[in-house]
Amino acid sequence: MKKNSKKSHAEGHSKGLSRRGFLRGAGLTTAGTVVFTTGVQAFEAHTQPAKGTSFGPGSIGIEMKVNGRMQSLTVEPRTTLATALRDHLSLTGTKVVCDRGSCSACTVFIDGKPVNACITMALDVGDREVITIEGIARNGELHPVQEAFIEHDASQCGYCTPGMVMSCVHLLENEENPSLEDVKAATRGNLCRCGTYPHVFKATLSAAEKMK
Amino acid sequence: MIPSQVNFHKPNSLSEALDLLSGNQDAKLLAGGHSLIPLMKLRLNEPDSVISIGNLAELRGISDSDGSFKIGAGTTHSEIAMHQGLRQVLPVITQAAASIGDIQVRNFGTIGGSIAHADPAADWPGALLASGATLDLASQSGQRKVAASDFFQGFFSTALNGDEIITAIIIPKPPAGTRSGYLKFAQPASRFAIVGCAALVSGDPIAEIAVAFNGVSDTPFRDAGVEGALKGKTLSEEVIAKAASMAADGRDILSDHHASSAYRHHLARIYAKRTLNSLM
Repeated sequence: MKKNSKKSHAEGHSKGLSRRGFLRGAGLTTAGTVVFTTGVQAFEAHTQPAKGTSFGPGSIGIEMKVNGRMQSLTVEPRTTLATALRDHLSLTGTKVVCDRGSCSACTVFIDGKPVNACITMALDVGDREVITIEGIARNGELHPVQEAFIEHDASQCGYCTPGMVMSCVHLLENEENPSLEDVKAATRGNLCRCGTYPHVFKATLSAAEKMK
Repeated sequence: MIPSQVNFHKPNSLSEALDLLSGNQDAKLLAGGHSLIPLMKLRLNEPDSVISIGNLAELRGISDSDGSFKIGAGTTHSEIAMHQGLRQVLPVITQAAASIGDIQVRNFGTIGGSIAHADPAADWPGALLASGATLDLASQSGQRKVAASDFFQGFFSTALNGDEIITAIIIPKPPAGTRSGYLKFAQPASRFAIVGCAALVSGDPIAEIAVAFNGVSDTPFRDAGVEGALKGKTLSEEVIAKAASMAADGRDILSDHHASSAYRHHLARIYAKRTLNSLM
């Protein structure tokens, strides 16, 4: 794990335009119900009031406790926690897959609770502690869940794996004797298109046994 | 996907948030952000400013008094799902909370954010209509109460004015012995409701009955047809089957790539039956 290093991002996103244009035209389910362009209000730019604790739209310096260490980073207010971790702190173990809070690949802990880093704003983290997949192994030793994932071949393409591990670690931290149903419920939000679920379930149940 | 540049306000109190909002009614309120941020990333919503209210202590927590529960609008779905008092008295509320999205979403998404967004497929509206909830709204000029039945007005449309913030959801305690529940047919990836049915029943024969749907129409609704067919009767499988067969009759039913209106209508009948059967 690298410490606080490169800044970055903000350029190189022009390729998204054609895809976005397509999505706009076709209507898209980001929320539960299909959103058509006509159903969404456009917002005009307005002058911001100079009250409260206000930032942006340019970059600002923030501090964030990540994996037990205070980190200083410079981000634009529009930066999500996932982007802050990956692009600003080089913690690329947290994966961004669906990028809209459906697939849970970006699962991290905020104050011990699993959340979606891709739809959480970095500025909203405040003084709460973030734990990422990089913070799960301790002193170079893998967490029993990570070991069990290797042992049971619970990873295929690997994109969902960090999020799966986070969900399963959270379960075992809160439930000593999980049932298969408990593991299924804990990973309900974690989508795996390779279909590794049976191995994930076996790995987690076996890790639970070893942690007793 | 990256949202457009945005100004970010982090007020320290509700009154500060209301001041900011009154100065810029095109700003968007950011609570958990789980509805807003995906839309901002798609640039379907490009606010000039967001006002972050998810961390305001005044908006968080559940209190139990005066014959009602008061749920702060910034309370997360997880906190509601795990509340013992609600679970005992109004399982319809904890079941709706527990059915939202997944653990990750429930840990950050808030009840106020969800109802302000008013996605027809969201889980809260049915449970709030069925339980006769009232919403506390605040603006710089004062406070007002709006019944949940008057709040939801259509596709992503509510009675909330541009200068208002939902501060709390008030849910009256139902008569002792009331049974309630919420069941839904979920879209498997997002877990949003394609059809969700919330019901409260008390008395034998039934004295009080509420059956409400979300996901079926662009606006959540209480189903007077189903309720009328149950009132005064004793719950039985036959009585429920007959009442449920009228579900969503006469309604304008949504159709999209998840489900045609005919299929949604079918699911409304099925989920009315399942929800009511679970209360026998």
